[in-house]
Amino acid sequence: MTESAGTAPDHAPLLEVEGLKTWFPIRSGIFRKTTGHVRAVDGVDLTIRAGETFALVGESGCGKTTVGRSILRLVEPDAGVVRYQGQEILDLARTAFHPLRQDLQIIMQDPASALDPRMTVRDAIAEGIESFNLVSGYQAITDRVAELMQLVSLDPDAMGRYPHEFSGGQRQRICIARALAVDPKLIICDEAVSALDVSIQAQILNLLRRLQRERGLTYLFITHDLSVVRYFADEVAVMYLGRIVEQGSTERIFAAPHHPYTKALLSAVPSIDPDRRGLRPKVLGDVPSPSNPPSGCHYHPRCPVAMPQCARELPPVRQLSDGTSRCFLEAE
Amino acid sequence: MTRPLLEISRLGVEVPIHDRRIPIVEDLSLMISAGEVLALVGESGCGKSMTALAIMRLVPKPLRIASGSEITFDGRPLLELSVPEMRAMRGDSISMIFQDPMSSLNPVRTVGDQVTEVIALHDHRVSRAEARKRTIALFERTGIPEPAARYDAYPHQLSGGLKQRVMIAMALIMQPRLLIADEPTTALDVTVQAQILELLRELQREFQTAILLITHDLGVVNELADRVAVMYGGRIAEEAERVDLLTTSRHPYTKGLLASIPHVDRRHADLTEIPGVVPVPGEGPMGCRFATRCPIAFAPCQDERPPAVDLGSNHCAWCHAVAKEVAAS
Repeated sequence: MTESAGTAPDHAPLLEVEGLKTWFPIRSGIFRKTTGHVRAVDGVDLTIRAGETFALVGESGCGKTTVGRSILRLVEPDAGVVRYQGQEILDLARTAFHPLRQDLQIIMQDPASALDPRMTVRDAIAEGIESFNLVSGYQAITDRVAELMQLVSLDPDAMGRYPHEFSGGQRQRICIARALAVDPKLIICDEAVSALDVSIQAQILNLLRRLQRERGLTYLFITHDLSVVRYFADEVAVMYLGRIVEQGSTERIFAAPHHPYTKALLSAVPSIDPDRRGLRPKVLGDVPSPSNPPSGCHYHPRCPVAMPQCARELPPVRQLSDGTSRCFLEAE
Repeated sequence: MTRPLLEISRLGVEVPIHDRRIPIVEDLSLMISAGEVLALVGESGCGKSMTALAIMRLVPKPLRIASGSEITFDGRPLLELSVPEMRAMRGDSISMIFQDPMSSLNPVRTVGDQVTEVIALHDHRVSRAEARKRTIALFERTGIPEPAARYDAYPHQLSGGLKQRVMIAMALIMQPRLLIADEPTTALDVTVQAQILELLRELQREFQTAILLITHDLGVVNELADRVAVMYGGRIAEEAERVDLLTTSRHPYTKGLLASIPHVDRRHADLTEIPGVVPVPGEGPMGCRFATRCPIAFAPCQDERPPAVDLGSNHCAWCHAVAKEVAAS
């Protein structure tokens, strides 16, 4: 689809994450001594191929957002390796990392707080273009902003307005235009459609899909919504309390989940099929606090098929014919 | 036919701006029978929560209930009750649970005290010890582990799921005849949501409580509701039994809504989108509120209020196009 397609085959890894750890200190007492850590991300491995949509799924507090922020170094990870197009990026000095921000963009959940209320839409979208000197001259930048607004189906005549004059869906389009302004390769979508009404959510999902087709974008799609994952993703990783418990193609994960947590998660989504009424929750209780996670497999206290060894040891990453699963259960 | 438990007729909620009255909810009529679960579905700003607050007479100022509105509960006109009479009603015969359990519980009092307070308010004859006993029993019934210990816990010591269970216990402690549940599971994770939905379904059967379920999530509707009313722009667009609404909806808005939801149980090509945005109250078409976004709108839709089209078996759609189809067949 682009001239680079010949040199880089589509299945080449664009982003590789190995053993990523991001711990947040818990401080207490008058000297703010560190008394423990919230292990938000505790050893995460991911491989995202160019042109695909990789979904990172989990419930609140599982660390999925921190993974995204760690990759962009919006929080500094404590350990691990992140390679972008083969280049290690966590060791780079801040100044050396800055040019990569042109390739790696993020769209956040709440477009209202992601946009500066005192900046016009033109200036918000132009910020990245100016920062990377992609286009020079006021008029040329304005023309580029108009082009970007058309790309996301916004009326370019509205570029002099402020974010509060737009609806939630339109604000998310502004954020998308802002991310696209620097012509990125990878966009991290952190719950990008979660705050939107369903009719608007469909508009934004279709827009993201169209942009991916047209521009060969790669998405890391962070979400709690499994219906959106099924619709949107090629590859899925399921996170639970800082670790990835299962990974595989979307088709396989939804058709034949292996890890008991994935099964529980899938069985908990209410369907709109009238014949499929009567959810039977397969998991009890709430997600434990990530500051004091259970021993062994973090999921064992809620797991219906837990064995004694699950409380003692961390299960190894088991290779499945499609993806991986971190569970002592044999693959069937 | 027996008298409905709750009957709303021509309810309006409006906000006065200068000498104009901007309608938030318009000419809304609904009925709920005893023991029935009615879901009121719609996107943000459609007026579904305001309808719930109007029943409780908790509409926040400067909004107000329009004159000519009537709400009858068990034969009593709610809008004509005195303030003390209405207060006696809330939490006793009609109670409500909200979306966010954190901001609905008092952070400086134990959760047990907050539930027994409801008993003390409505029934002076119950002793403290008896009230405590009843609360602990209901905590146990709502699936709160170690209910006696949790009685003395403060809200911040409980997880989101447990807090919502406390809210449900608080709402059900007087065995109300009507429970208004405003997005009861929206703030919860899916695995917790599934547990709370199952709990609500069990308790509804056990206590025969009627539920008015306010939600934006048609999956939640499918799990709990008997009947569904879809709201758009302050008015009801379509009303039907659950299965009919999900399978044979007629209103273009309901159809669009159903087509725009990604399914968890099958993969499909592109989602159908509803173009445009929800009209702002006081603006947009005055005929059918959906006219500007509707794929099949025609001449009368902009300016004429759509008629109620009776499609049989409690199925009704407010749509000019459906009226034309029915007249032609």
